[in-house]
Amino acid sequence: MKRDPGYYDYLPYNKRPKIEWPNGARVAFWVAPNIEFYELEPPKNPTRISWPRPVPDVLAYSYRDYGNRAGFQRMMEAMDRCGVRGSVSLNVALCEHHPEIIRACAERGWEFYSHGTYNTRYTFNMSEAQERALIQDSIDTIKKHTGQKLDGWLAPALSYTENTLHLVAEMGLTYVCDLFHDDQPGPVKVRKGRLTSIPYSLEMNDAISFTVNWVTPRHYGDIIRRQFDRLYAEGAESGTVMCIPLHPYLIGQPYRMKAFEEALAYITGHDKVWLATGREIAKHFHDHYYDAFAKASEPIHDF
Amino acid sequence: MISDDYLKYPKRRYGMDHDRYDWSELSKRKPIQWPGGARIALWVTVSLQWFPLDQQGKPFKPLGSLQTAYPDLRHYTLRDYGNRVGIYRIMKALERHAIRPSAPVNAAVAVRYPSLVREIASKGWELVGHGLDMDRLHYEGMPDEAAAITRSLETLRKFGKVRGWLSPAKSESHQTLDLLAQAGIEYVCDWVNDDLPFPMRAGGRALHAMPHSNDIEDATILLGFKHDEDELRDQWIDHFDLLYDEAAARGGRIMVLPLHSWVIGHPYRIGTLETVLAHIMKRPGIWPATGAEILDAWKKAAA
Repeated sequence: MKRDPGYYDYLPYNKRPKIEWPNGARVAFWVAPNIEFYELEPPKNPTRISWPRPVPDVLAYSYRDYGNRAGFQRMMEAMDRCGVRGSVSLNVALCEHHPEIIRACAERGWEFYSHGTYNTRYTFNMSEAQERALIQDSIDTIKKHTGQKLDGWLAPALSYTENTLHLVAEMGLTYVCDLFHDDQPGPVKVRKGRLTSIPYSLEMNDAISFTVNWVTPRHYGDIIRRQFDRLYAEGAESGTVMCIPLHPYLIGQPYRMKAFEEALAYITGHDKVWLATGREIAKHFHDHYYDAFAKASEPIHDF
Repeated sequence: MISDDYLKYPKRRYGMDHDRYDWSELSKRKPIQWPGGARIALWVTVSLQWFPLDQQGKPFKPLGSLQTAYPDLRHYTLRDYGNRVGIYRIMKALERHAIRPSAPVNAAVAVRYPSLVREIASKGWELVGHGLDMDRLHYEGMPDEAAAITRSLETLRKFGKVRGWLSPAKSESHQTLDLLAQAGIEYVCDWVNDDLPFPMRAGGRALHAMPHSNDIEDATILLGFKHDEDELRDQWIDHFDLLYDEAAARGGRIMVLPLHSWVIGHPYRIGTLETVLAHIMKRPGIWPATGAEILDAWKKAAA
């Protein structure tokens, strides 16, 4: 095991090249709905169990299924009303299970990136060959069902090996959402290829907010506003990124929708906000700032 | 390491990864008309539960379980409080609006407190099967599950008709639905994946899932999420308001209010229920009904 993942050097927030987003925007804002399929009876992974209760865990399974049957539509309509395109963090098997949802996203010009095959198949303990097969499956499935080139990766259920980021870069992906060390994009040190980390967020993630931190729906709306206000203010000096990662089974519950939509409308009601997708943010950074950020970084000495 | 079978997906196909029900998007179904043109069918459920002192906790301890070493008089009595006191406060709050709820009743409650069950049956409350007690969960490998279902229902049916079922802690084995359908059950409340009823397959017999949200329960919000009573009120009101608006455009919706006499029945909490019921009942187009009545109306409307 390593003591440092080795993916990035040290680059202090107050000593960086200035980021300028398109049209003078202060914040690159993106919304990342996790559109997921959880299996009722997944195979066992030696280091992570899928369900809190014995199979069949009817409650946990059906709770997640709610997102696809009911919650997705509500979330999508709220995003439509606010003029926000999604960057879908997709369990790619959903292309086969629920193509209607894929079509609805595609019609809106949403981006698809990969969140693995199923949210009940973990990367932990995979060999390099197995992990390559997993990534290739995502590349092929997204291409086949949406015509899009796969650019981004968020590991399924945040499960990794030491190879994960190296392999996604080597296989042609351009960005990852798995590093939570920053509020701006940054270069990821990989064996081969050129990979950008873009800020996804666990703090703004509805799953963490609702099921780990137990925040109320109205308070979730408040913390979204506070996060935005600060990143917007700081963005006057150098462009920042704000992401809201969502799960339709959580945010799409009737009692959570209104407070969320109000917060979303608050953000999109500002000027100088770039309503972007993950791919667009990564590309802008990659084209203009990747090298400068890499150069400005200080090497980290292992301790 | 992990077997290559971990990357095989035998149920990767259109629809669900099991055969219990078909994939269906709420937004694409024919709008439902409730009797009298109501927008919202208000379905209050009041669970009457008994947590035995000699709790085994197999295969897990549900929310509300006893917690200390034997004998846990503290939690035993705090739960039993609901059957002696709390339920009568809820009864009063509901009667003010002439609301007849559905009552999932542990068979143990019917045997131990027959006068309570006679009283609610005489008031036209619907009796819903709710297993033997809160320590006899249905799960894969439950000893003699068929006998447990038969005994639960025979006990409760001495007091009135029983058409619906809520498994203790919404826990099921693979056979539960088949056994329930054989025992004459017409609907189950365990699957939280929809906002309207939908048909399930249960060994060739007709069985429906009724949308009995877990998230919006008094116990989940107050004890699980640890929100306070005012936050509970806000969430119930936001839940209702969204469904009420949605129903105007999309057809009838169900507002389920799942209560536990040992949770909401306390003096400092009952006011929250009264406030929310007043908020709901002052609107036009509210149809308070039992689960069985809602299912019958839905079948007619969806036909």
